[in-house]
Amino acid sequence: MSSTMSEKILARASGNEKVEAGDIIIANIDVAMTHDLTGPLAVESFEKIGVDKVWDPSKIVIPFDHQVPADSIDSANNHIIMRKFVEEQNIENFYDVNAGVCHQILPELGHVVPGEVIVGADSHTCTHGALGAFSTGIGSTDMAMVFAEGNLWFKVPETNRFEITGELKENVYAKDVILNIIGQVGADGSTYKACEFAGETVQNMSISDRMVLCNMAIEMGGKTGLVEPDKKTIDYVEKKSNKPYKIFKSDLNADSLTIIDIDVNDLEPQVACPNNVDNVKPVSEVDQEIDQVFLGSCTNGRISDLRDAAKILKGKQIAKGTRMLVIPASKEVYSKALDEGLIRIFVDAGALVSAPCCGPCLGGHTGIIGPGEVSLSTSNRNFKGRQGSPDGKVYLSSAAVAAASAIEGRIVAPE
Amino acid sequence: MKGTAWKFGNDIDTDIILPGRYLIYTDEERLSKHCMEGLDDKFSEKCKKGDFIVAGRNFGCGSSREHAPIAIKGAGISAVIAESFARIFYRNATNVGVPLLEAPGISELVENGDEIEVDMDNGIIKSSNGEEITFKKLPPFMLEILEKGGLIEYLKDKK
Repeated sequence: MSSTMSEKILARASGNEKVEAGDIIIANIDVAMTHDLTGPLAVESFEKIGVDKVWDPSKIVIPFDHQVPADSIDSANNHIIMRKFVEEQNIENFYDVNAGVCHQILPELGHVVPGEVIVGADSHTCTHGALGAFSTGIGSTDMAMVFAEGNLWFKVPETNRFEITGELKENVYAKDVILNIIGQVGADGSTYKACEFAGETVQNMSISDRMVLCNMAIEMGGKTGLVEPDKKTIDYVEKKSNKPYKIFKSDLNADSLTIIDIDVNDLEPQVACPNNVDNVKPVSEVDQEIDQVFLGSCTNGRISDLRDAAKILKGKQIAKGTRMLVIPASKEVYSKALDEGLIRIFVDAGALVSAPCCGPCLGGHTGIIGPGEVSLSTSNRNFKGRQGSPDGKVYLSSAAVAAASAIEGRIVAPE
Repeated sequence: MKGTAWKFGNDIDTDIILPGRYLIYTDEERLSKHCMEGLDDKFSEKCKKGDFIVAGRNFGCGSSREHAPIAIKGAGISAVIAESFARIFYRNATNVGVPLLEAPGISELVENGDEIEVDMDNGIIKSSNGEEITFKKLPPFMLEILEKGGLIEYLKDKK
């Protein structure tokens, strides 16, 4: 009998020979991640359960990334709660304020390998499926249950497999591909489903690009994003991790798998317009001045994004009246950007470069926009009020569109 | 259950239900003051204990923040009734004790401010003019979780 990649991984993790979409199963968890913002609620719930010790401290990863460094007494207090929990529970995989965004450092520091079941108290945990893991976002109470028991119930999802073919034009990136897909299927176009990204275009993509696709699976309601592991995956994983891994691939004739063909040959740079991620248009159809540009986040704050942006910004100046924030997604990305001279290019162009963190993405920390202001952001959500004032507006794009637009002070595609 | 319906549209995301800047708080009362602030900053003052939120498709899309259903619970909302719900929100709301009722056709049936009646046992919603639609009844274990006020309380009671 044929099965999808998700079904095979969840069968392994639940000790079943086979599971099918719709089955409710209890899966053992390989990695559980919570951060400084969802962690305190999880710890509170864990304490209410009344279990003294977590099931396995070596499988828990706790990065601080949303409010770093602490910007208020309340967030400092949240950090204190989490540091105390880390110490009490002997959690070694703890990354304090200097490490970077959770979804960047988990794969980068070897916490993600193919075939695992990963849960994170953050909706963009679906990012890690780029390495062939079943990885999904959960809430704080579910996380507390995982801390206590090491397992969690799941409904086995059906799969939407996006077969992506064609060669991307110059200045068209993975971000444009995923925005275009979300625009086509809608914000609930894959609700409860696993979103697999396959086809020659995906095979030709780097691991970073695959992470961009998987990161945004949740923006069409997906339970996880997934890419079948190949040589690139194995090279990446073996360099980063010494954990054992197992490769699973979908049988294309599986009953619960729907194939959706996507041709990207003629794709132009895309933007998601306010206030929904599925409100997607080609850049050429958008006429919009901008107040702020944010280059960063778990979607597009990797070294390849910084390189793409620096190539465009080199020797140029950011438009008068527009400000640009550049936030590398991790310490490793920051270090590389320093070594490669990218930070110098950003600073010379007039951008502000900040330490690795989530930045303005969720409007709770730095770079908050005011009433009437417009932000162009390389992050993943443009909901009303997402980056600050509900009367502000957020557009989403690739790093290249963000850089070109910063120079012009309005949304434009790179030449 | 009887109460006033507060009606919202499609794709009501968790940033509308509880904006990101309030995620630094964990207590229900403080969070409840900002419930639905993304669209209506007076919502928590206007809604009364026992009222309903009625919405279109994909209610609760976006982030995994459990702060969102906690804020709804704290505001006194007795159930959210929508055409459909986003996945993570569905789990979180049940886990903190907020009933979510999936009722296709609800946006047609109910207008903002209508007094509606919800019959949990029989899966029926009655509008102010007497029209009825059905929703998929919740399974007994879920009703029990909701009755206890959330998953943790439910499990503690089982021990």
